[in-house]
Amino acid sequence: MSKDNEILEEFTSKEYEHGWSVNYEADEAAVGLNEDIIKWISAKKEEPSWLLEWRLKAFRTWQEMAEPDWANVTYPKIDFDKLRYYSAPKQSNKPKNLNEVDPELLAIYERLGISLNEQKRLQGIAVDAVLDSVSVATTFKGTLSKLGIIFCSFSEAVKEHPELVKKYLGSVVPMTDNYYAALNSAVFSDGSFCYIPKGVRCPMELSTYFRINAANTGQFERTLIVAEEESYVSYLEGCTAPQRDENQLHAAVVEIYAAAHAEVKYSTVQNWFPGDKNGKGGIYNFVTKRGICAGDHSKISWTQVETGSAVTWKYPSCILKGDYSIGEFYSVAVTNNYQQADTGTKMIHIGKNTKSRIVSKGISAGKSQNSYRGQVQVMKRADNARNFSQCDSLLMGDRCGAHTFPYIDINNPSAKVEHEATTSKIGEDQIFYCNQRGIATEDAVALIVNGYAKEVLNQLPMEFAVEAQKLLALTLEGSVG
Amino acid sequence: MLSIKNLHASIEGTPILRGINLEVKAGEVHAIMGPNGSGKSTLASVLAGREEYEVTEGEVTFKGKDLLDLAPEDRAREGVFLAFQYPVEIPGVSSTNFLRTAVNQVREYRGLEPLDAVKFLSLMKEKMKLVEIDQKLLSRALNEGFSGGEKKRNEIFQMAMLEPTLSILDETDSGLDIDALKVVSNGVNQLKSADNATIVVTHYQRLLDYIVPDYVHVLYKGRIVKSGTKELALELEEKGYDWIKEEIDSAATV
Ligand SMILES: Nc1ncnc2c1ncn2[C@@H]1O[C@H](COP(=O)(O)OP(=O)(O)OP(=O)(O)O)[C@@H](O)[C@H]1O
Ligand SMILES: [Mg+2]
Repeated sequence: MSKDNEILEEFTSKEYEHGWSVNYEADEAAVGLNEDIIKWISAKKEEPSWLLEWRLKAFRTWQEMAEPDWANVTYPKIDFDKLRYYSAPKQSNKPKNLNEVDPELLAIYERLGISLNEQKRLQGIAVDAVLDSVSVATTFKGTLSKLGIIFCSFSEAVKEHPELVKKYLGSVVPMTDNYYAALNSAVFSDGSFCYIPKGVRCPMELSTYFRINAANTGQFERTLIVAEEESYVSYLEGCTAPQRDENQLHAAVVEIYAAAHAEVKYSTVQNWFPGDKNGKGGIYNFVTKRGICAGDHSKISWTQVETGSAVTWKYPSCILKGDYSIGEFYSVAVTNNYQQADTGTKMIHIGKNTKSRIVSKGISAGKSQNSYRGQVQVMKRADNARNFSQCDSLLMGDRCGAHTFPYIDINNPSAKVEHEATTSKIGEDQIFYCNQRGIATEDAVALIVNGYAKEVLNQLPMEFAVEAQKLLALTLEGSVG
Repeated sequence: MLSIKNLHASIEGTPILRGINLEVKAGEVHAIMGPNGSGKSTLASVLAGREEYEVTEGEVTFKGKDLLDLAPEDRAREGVFLAFQYPVEIPGVSSTNFLRTAVNQVREYRGLEPLDAVKFLSLMKEKMKLVEIDQKLLSRALNEGFSGGEKKRNEIFQMAMLEPTLSILDETDSGLDIDALKVVSNGVNQLKSADNATIVVTHYQRLLDYIVPDYVHVLYKGRIVKSGTKELALELEEKGYDWIKEEIDSAATV
């Protein structure tokens, strides 16, 4: 083994820090998946009949579909009948505000560094905390509602704002879109709902923090963000899960709707349990995220820092329907040990003068596989569409893989599409240079990796960027030494 | 301060250094010259702790410690500084951020408090003047897209920031224009004290007009084959290396 590998070995051996779990009394569905379970979930959530019908339709479609196998990932077949589709901490009566939320549940979030106590929060961030299948608390609802902003759990939105949910649910990601989206549509349990009325700039970051706690339970959350004309919102999503030997499924759907001149920034720091050093356990993260720039001059920007999960299958996309609309995708995906990530984006140019920008930075270490998969599609009437894609891969060691799968489909001669790709290795000479200035190797790697990912990290809101930098260093810690 | 005894080192099985002996005392300036490929950079790398080189024989002590026993970052923290012949680029990492990490890790090793942002920036300002380096250069990614001369100047700026006890300057003069050479040499001279020492590796007498050496050594085929005072450099400038090569090579064939 060369020195390089030895170094990498050491650097990749850091443990996952959110691997703990707690015991609480849970309200659970029986194991398995059938129409009765779906009816049970819907009843549990006291849903209107149209929503139950919608779920059942999705379920029937899903049954007809086959699990996709085109992604560059391998994992044992999931037995969907062995999973539990709903698990919620028992709460005697529904808390009406934060003070009524079970302190034990709040403590879980405290331990993750997410304070749900509004007074304690320094930064202007409103949080919706989702634990397993339900939202346990949403902060700053009062402040936001004064501006007409709706920020609540999905379940609550179904009850309080059924007309909005009915109008937008499935409008961006149809229930039949793909295997996991159909599954999610059938069994989704909770998630966040956010509505920004016309002309309102949301004054604080909105965020959802997802936590899987229960064993053997899939998490299927649903997020819906609607930004009316000339509105603006920045949305953050974070996630962690306990360290368990078996794999757990997380199949979420996020839909974003942006009306004319609206702008939505969606940032994710994904830190699901990645499995242990030998590839045991970890989350299967099969997620469908899509936004539609429905109105002219609208803009949707995805930023993701993907450090966790055993297997990631995720392509946050933009449908650029409005003229002059803009879609952006900034991604850092880090894989270590036996992690596999197949992630990227789709930019679909429909409107005239639409623009998209893709910046993808893959970092592979250990024996991991990291693939970028991106599609740029320019439709017939999309005159003067512009795309710029930059896909960089950084390899640490020689047992990992980096792959790039760009698909370009152009149906309008005025389109300008640029694609740049680079692959580099973290250089021993770079590390030595840092060492020679007194910098320890682990810190050198953190510096180099953060420098490499800077363009993407710069897109994140301040406090998230710092968090993400630490996370990158932590994920790769032990892989160079 | 630095004592090198019978140092042998090889890379991938090829011996490059074949018995180097050198004593450097505090307050001294040593110049190392020698034809291309003679092992000058190798010597510098071995002293700095580059892992690719295997030390097969000999010993090196630095301030009484076994230098070869220390990790590269600890050698740096002990006060060994290498101005690289070919400084590497680190994309996305600003010089400021890089140096702050370096300075604070060195300070930590020496049991000093880390410098806060204000103190660090004022230290930077002070040292920037010394080598007349532009603020703009330092806010850019480290060495990325820097011209050859800018890279070299940045090396000496880093040296000024880290205040080493032993500085090894590997062909710092190559790539510098005439004015820059004066500025940078002047910076190096100002950093000199009775407590530190400098080894300059160079091909040109010109640099030695500015940084005046106490001793000049000629390295050839992995050995120091001739040592003298600054007059030796003048002689080399005039006559080249052939006469030394001949001396050594004919001696070897006998
Ligand atoms: N990986 C390697 N395998 C074999 N030989 C090597 C290797 N790396 C360096 N060398 C050789 O070691 C010798 C010494 O190189 P070094 O860089 O120390 O020379 P130098 O004296 O600094 O030369 P210059 O004046 O050109 O900078 C050269 O002949 C070089 O080709
Ligand atoms: Mg050299």
